[in-house]
Amino acid sequence: MAIVEVEDLRKTFSVTRPRTGARGPLALLLRERREVRAVDGVSFRIEPGEMVGYIGPNGAGKSTTIKMLTGILVPSGGLVRVAGLEPSRRRVELARRIGIVFGQRTQLWWDLPLCDSFDLLRYIYKVPAERFRANLAAYVELLELGPLLDTPVRQLSLGQRMRGDLTAALLHDPEVLYLDEPTIGLDVVVKERIRSFLAQLNRERGVTVLLTTHDMDDIERLCSRMIVIDHGRLIYDGSLEAMKDRFGGERVLVIDLEEAAPPVEVPGTRVVKVDGPRQWLRFRRADTTAAEVVAAVAARARLRDLTIEEPEIEDIVRRIYSGAAAPIDTH
Amino acid sequence: MRAESYGARLLTAADRLLYSAVRHGEAQLSRPPSRGVRGFGVPCERARKAIGSEMALYWQVALRGFRRYATYRAATFAGVFTNTIFGFLRAYVMIALYAGRGSIGGFDLRDTLTYTFVTQGMLMVVYIWNWWEIALTIRSGDIVTDFARPLNYQLYWLAQDVGRATYHAIFRGIPPFVIGAVVFSLRLPAHPWTWLFFLLSMYLAVAVSFAFRFMLNLSAFWLFDYRGIGSIAAAVWTFLSGFAVPIALFPGTLQTVARALPFAAFVNTPVEIFLEKQQGWALLGALAYQLGWALALLAAGRLALSAAERKVVVQGG
Repeated sequence: MAIVEVEDLRKTFSVTRPRTGARGPLALLLRERREVRAVDGVSFRIEPGEMVGYIGPNGAGKSTTIKMLTGILVPSGGLVRVAGLEPSRRRVELARRIGIVFGQRTQLWWDLPLCDSFDLLRYIYKVPAERFRANLAAYVELLELGPLLDTPVRQLSLGQRMRGDLTAALLHDPEVLYLDEPTIGLDVVVKERIRSFLAQLNRERGVTVLLTTHDMDDIERLCSRMIVIDHGRLIYDGSLEAMKDRFGGERVLVIDLEEAAPPVEVPGTRVVKVDGPRQWLRFRRADTTAAEVVAAVAARARLRDLTIEEPEIEDIVRRIYSGAAAPIDTH
Repeated sequence: MRAESYGARLLTAADRLLYSAVRHGEAQLSRPPSRGVRGFGVPCERARKAIGSEMALYWQVALRGFRRYATYRAATFAGVFTNTIFGFLRAYVMIALYAGRGSIGGFDLRDTLTYTFVTQGMLMVVYIWNWWEIALTIRSGDIVTDFARPLNYQLYWLAQDVGRATYHAIFRGIPPFVIGAVVFSLRLPAHPWTWLFFLLSMYLAVAVSFAFRFMLNLSAFWLFDYRGIGSIAAAVWTFLSGFAVPIALFPGTLQTVARALPFAAFVNTPVEIFLEKQQGWALLGALAYQLGWALALLAAGRLALSAAERKVVVQGG
C-alpha cells in the first residue's frame, strides 16, 4: 500500500492587489482579488521505502505540496493521504510519524545549545528513553555532531546547522521524511556528507523520503524516481533514466581529427559544430550506439581523440521547464 | 569557550550521563520498533501517563524559555540600568506631584513610590511593549516548523512565556525594586502571605498579557503591517493597565471602566495586592478577575489560532 497518496491535489490562494490602473488616494480601497493556482491537479503515489525527487522551478508549487502533505495547509481540492491519514484533519497525529527539514528554516532553538533542542524533541514526540538514546547516538556519530552538542545553534555554520536539523527531524523514527531543499547553500563536502547519510538512512532504515531540490546532483545521487512539476502541474513522473531517454536522449560525440576536415557523415548522426579539427556529432540512443558511431567515424577519418558527452540532467530539466523539451519522437 | 561550558552546566546529571553515553556510542541505524505495540494498560492509567508526559513537555518548554533569555546577560544588565533610571525619573515626578498633599485616591507618597518601582519591575515580566516573537516567525514563514509539530501551539508559547517571565521577574524585576527600596524606603508587605498572593497575581498577569500578545502577534497572518495596531495596543496598555498612573488615581467613571477592562490585570492588580490595598474577599475577587480574563482571552486566542490555521498563507517559499 502506498504510504503517500496524492490525487488531483489543488491549492488556490487568493491574492489581493491594487486594481490595475487605480491611482490616487482611493487606490488602496480599489483592490481586486486574484486567484493563484499554486498546485493544480497533481496526482502521484509513493511506496514505502522509496526515495523520490520532487523538482520544479521556483514557484512551481513544491513547498505548497509539502505543506499539504504535512497538514499545515488545507488543500482546496483533491485528496491527500499520508500513512493512511488525512493530513489537514489529523495533523498532530500525523506529525508524530513524519519528519521535516526545511533547508531555509531551522527547527532548532536559536539561542540554546544544540543538545537542548534535541532533548526537547524527546518530550515533544514522547520518544521512549532507550530509543531516543540509541537514535541520538547513531545520528550524532554519523553526522559528526559530537563536538557541537554544547554549542548554541546561533554559532553553528550553515552546514553544521543543517546536520543538526536532519538529526532533529529523525529522532522520533519518522516513517516519511520530507526534505525541502536540504542542501541549499552548502559546500560540496557537506553536500556529499548529507547525501551519503540520506542514502544510508533510506537503505538501512527504509525511511520513505520525498526530496525537493534545485541541485540535480542530489537527484542523480539519491533518487531512482523523480516527479517534476511546473505551474502547479505534474509534467513528469518516472525514473531518471527514462527521463533522459524521453527528454534528453541525445548524446554528443566530440572527435579530434588529425587535421581540419569537412563534416564527417555518419548515418544516424548530425554534425552540430565544427571547430578546426574538432567536430561535435549528435546522435540518439534509440538510433545507434556510441560504439557504432566511433567505428563509423574511424572508418572515414583519422581520429586522434574522442569524448562522449552525456546529456546533463540540469539541461534536460531546464529544457522541460522552458517548455522546449519536446519528447524525441517529434524531432 | 564560555558558550561550550554553558550548555553542559545547564544539563541535569541524568542528561549528562545520557550524552556521555551518546558520545561513546556506536553508530548503528537499527530499525525502529514496529508501531502499534504500544497502548497496553488500563485506559485510566494511560490517561494519567499522557497528562503527565504533557506536563513534562510544557515544563521543559518553560525551562527553555527561561534559558533563552538567560543567554543574554549584557542585555539584562542594560535593561536593569534603564528600568532603574526611569524608575527614578517617575519617582521624582511623583514626589513633586505630592508636594504638600497627604494622600490621593487612598495612595500616600510612599504607596505611590512603591507602586512606581513595582511597576518598573513588572514592565518586562508582562512584556508590555513590543513582543513580536510569533509575528516574526509568521512573517518569515518559520512558523511552519512549529505548526509541523505534535503540540498545542498556544500552550507551547504560553509555557515559553512563563519561563521568560520568571527570568525577567528575577533578573529584571528584583534589581530595580531593591535599588528603589534602598533609596526611597519603599513599603514592603506587612503580611508574609501577601508575597504569595502577589506571586500568584503576577503569574496571572503574565497569562492575561500573554493572551493579548498572542492575539496581537497572530494578526500578522492577516495584516502585513502588524506593528500599526501594536503601537495602538501599547498606548492603550500603558494607560489602562495602570502602568503610567495607578488606577486608584483615575477619576470616578474612568476608574470603574478601567477596573472592569482586562488591561488592569496586567499591572494594577498585582501591584495593589503587593500594597495590600486588596484584602479578604476583595483580594479573592481581584484574583478571580485576573483568572477570568486570562481564561476568556486564552479561549479567544485559541479561536483566532484556528482561524489563522484555516486561512494560513505561509509567506515565502
